[in-house]
Amino acid sequence: MTDTYIHPIKDTDATPVLTVKNLSVDFHLRTHILHAVRKVSFALHKGKTMALVGESGSGKSVTTRAIMRLLDKEARQTSGEITLHGDDGDIRITDLDPKGKAIRQIRGRRIALIFQEPMSSLSPVHTIGSQIGEALRLHRGLSKREAMDETVKLLEQVEIKDPAAMAKRYTFEFSGGMRQRAMIAMALACDPDVLIADEPTTALDVTTQAEVMDLLKRLQEHRGMALLLITHDLGLVAEVADEVAVMRFGRLVERGPIDDIFHNPQTAYAKKLLASTMRLERPSELRDRRDRTSDPAVLSVRGLCKSFGVTNWRGQEIHAVRAVKDASFDLYPGESLGIVGESGSGKTTLGRMILRVIEPTAGEIGYRETDGRVSDVAAMDKPELAKFHRDVRLIFQDPFASLNPRMTIKQIIAEPLVVNGVMQGVELEARVGELLELVGMDRGAMERYPHAFSGGQRQRFSIARSLALNPRIIIADEATSALDVSIRAQILDLLIELQKKLNLSFLFIAHDISVVRYFCDRVLVMHHGRIVEQGDAETVCTAPKEPYTKALLSAVPNPDPRDKRMVHRTKFVAEEV
Amino acid sequence: MKKHGSEIAMEEDKPKITRLTDGAGSDIEVAGQWRLIWLKFRQNRVALFAGWVIFFFYGVALFCEFLAPTLPTVAQPRLTYAPPQEIGLFIEDETGQRRFQLHVNGYAMTVDPESLRRSFTSDPANIIPIGFFVRGEAYDMWGLIPMDRHLIGPLDPSDQMNLLGTDKLGRDMLTRLIYGARVSMSIGLIGVISSLIIGTVLGALSGYFGGWVDLAVQRLIEIISAMPTIPLWLGFAAAIPLTWSPLQVYFIITLIVSLLAWTSLAREVRGRFLSLRREDFVTAAKLDGSSTGRVIFRHILPSLTSHILAVTTLAIPTMIVAETALSFLGIGLKPPVVSWGVLLQDAQNIRTISSAPWLLIWPSLAVISVVLAFNFLGDGLRDAADPYDS
Repeated sequence: MTDTYIHPIKDTDATPVLTVKNLSVDFHLRTHILHAVRKVSFALHKGKTMALVGESGSGKSVTTRAIMRLLDKEARQTSGEITLHGDDGDIRITDLDPKGKAIRQIRGRRIALIFQEPMSSLSPVHTIGSQIGEALRLHRGLSKREAMDETVKLLEQVEIKDPAAMAKRYTFEFSGGMRQRAMIAMALACDPDVLIADEPTTALDVTTQAEVMDLLKRLQEHRGMALLLITHDLGLVAEVADEVAVMRFGRLVERGPIDDIFHNPQTAYAKKLLASTMRLERPSELRDRRDRTSDPAVLSVRGLCKSFGVTNWRGQEIHAVRAVKDASFDLYPGESLGIVGESGSGKTTLGRMILRVIEPTAGEIGYRETDGRVSDVAAMDKPELAKFHRDVRLIFQDPFASLNPRMTIKQIIAEPLVVNGVMQGVELEARVGELLELVGMDRGAMERYPHAFSGGQRQRFSIARSLALNPRIIIADEATSALDVSIRAQILDLLIELQKKLNLSFLFIAHDISVVRYFCDRVLVMHHGRIVEQGDAETVCTAPKEPYTKALLSAVPNPDPRDKRMVHRTKFVAEEV
Repeated sequence: MKKHGSEIAMEEDKPKITRLTDGAGSDIEVAGQWRLIWLKFRQNRVALFAGWVIFFFYGVALFCEFLAPTLPTVAQPRLTYAPPQEIGLFIEDETGQRRFQLHVNGYAMTVDPESLRRSFTSDPANIIPIGFFVRGEAYDMWGLIPMDRHLIGPLDPSDQMNLLGTDKLGRDMLTRLIYGARVSMSIGLIGVISSLIIGTVLGALSGYFGGWVDLAVQRLIEIISAMPTIPLWLGFAAAIPLTWSPLQVYFIITLIVSLLAWTSLAREVRGRFLSLRREDFVTAAKLDGSSTGRVIFRHILPSLTSHILAVTTLAIPTMIVAETALSFLGIGLKPPVVSWGVLLQDAQNIRTISSAPWLLIWPSLAVISVVLAFNFLGDGLRDAADPYDS
């Protein structure tokens, strides 16, 4: 077992605000003890940002919870000390009673925390203003009126427009980005020395993420806080961090200044993590890139629209949300077409409309069958649609929700074959085994249940299921966004291999531009339900024409600390539509 | 238990863990949902114990003819309201030697000259030897096999043994309690099963299809929940032909009431369907080409069988209590049927309770322990029902 590789730090004048020394946390579970954090040491410095990077299950969040003394009851801290340095002496946080008064004085006041999901960390039954005001009254002893004034000032600082009116609003009246701003305002209420941000922008769109991170950086510089940023996104780290600590399976693998980690990584894991991130920064080499647009399109969508209406009791439409407006595009055999957009852009609705999981309001979906006949999917009856569903398959985003937990892997993969009466018995078993090998899994997985597998493995089963009926088109809806970076690249490579082997066409829906660039031949960019730009993936990703695409691309964090793209991004002001 | 078991070899391709139990958990990957539920259920000691209690009571109900010392209809006119006897282990024979012999003491009867009431005291001189697997009253096991062996009883069939005392006709309380278990523990099951089927089917349809189906089922549920149960029972009890046997009457009434008792289960099932029908795996099943029936019964329903089981377990004690309460009021089962409720009917007046408290104590204790055990078991099942929660 090797210890943490520590790069030498050049500027030593920074004063540490919080030091973590030799921290170990065990989880006592039913059948085993999980050593979630093992001998982790680091220090946070005034005005500096430390990024704690790692894939899921690496112990990042447990470390922050240990700092706040908020560990679950199964968790036990077995070693280490955490010290908070201040003008009035040092406090050893690890000596404090987790329920005591002393730690409550520290939480929120000296160390503040921002969570990933702002909706669930803000109360839905109190106004934003009263929630921030509560923190102020508790920790700073302000009166109700003073707290209100201070709240408005704070909301102004986090750049919420019309702060006095917004303070009276409830959480659900705020958008995701505004909620996160409100969370930041709350965290800053007591002017903390240390701000811990646990995946603060993971639930947000790239452009919103860029704005929130901008804000955080500015406030941090202004107030001289130490920021501990927990994230799995190396791009974001490169944009904002001063120092990086890489965690894996509870151990701190490597720690050092940002430039050293990104340009001179020493440990195998850090190298691998960087390599898989960097790999997604350019088109895949596996792909055979030729222009297929001269072939007859396998799927041609014309003027597809969807509006979600709210009707009154007489069936009259009161108002409608137009989720997809007049979408037209072609998908050619053997190509991968990416659909990129932020949340609410209508990309998922578009994908589901093609399968008629969501019924289109207007438009045509021309599907070219193997014999060259073109039929309109939008007008198909039930048996025709069932036949269409055998040729066009869907892969879901969440590999935990898309596999029935009560069925074995064999039953799951065999389901389309069984219900369509294609085969049974020994033949079926052989086919399932063949499919498992096709997606790089062992035949032995057949009798097991999904809960025995990791996210990446489950996604492979999901792919195997979609391949069972020899489809021609696969619609992959955010198929890799729930996976860790290293696994993401593996799954994408698998899909490319399968595409070459089986001559599949992919409709690849994603919010992550780097994934689309890696995987797709052509790309559509969607914004507010409209296709704003379409073209060759490489061209759109490197030389976009439309202002929205430019803004979107420049907001994507660049995993190179020497070229901070996000900070110098172009901004897009949406025209009212 | 070992505090620290075998350490897993250190290869950094997975998080470091220390196993507490050797081997266990390795087969969890191939474990189906029932096995996972069992593993979680086993953790809950109280529920496990409750499970054993229920198992015991159903065992008693199943073999009641053999387990009871005599027949519930055998009256001993001389021994009305006789108190419980204690089992003695040793007796002294003529030579003054102590030897092992299970026995009870017979009764010495005194008559109060004023009230003419008989009272019994234990008579140490009158020793009644008892034993296991003795011959006694003849019966048909499960109404089929003629037998005359009893688990426990006096060696001489003409002697009396009343371990829990006797009632106003001098019938053995223990025997009646054991026979009562059969009726009380089984009669609710029929009601529960029929409400289970109606509740699941209507709840599933309502939740899966939504729209006007949901609207209709929900309004139906609301109307039914508004109906008062006890007056309904009273009405039915009066409307049923007198020529029917009491057991038939009760059976019909439970069936009718269960037609009104499925609403809470239907609501629960509907709620689960509403959340599950939007799950990705259900969409996947639809796109795989599964028919509506297959989606409902093969894909969605297995995810809630465990919940349904828990709800059912919690519904059984309600039925048992209902039987007891209604029989006590005289509108449920009636003698000669023996059930715990009927036994309690005998303990209705204060005079009986003061002179023969065993008539109240034993049946109530049986009802309370069974109902508590079912509730603990149901709670344990509900907690264990979703093994994928955490």
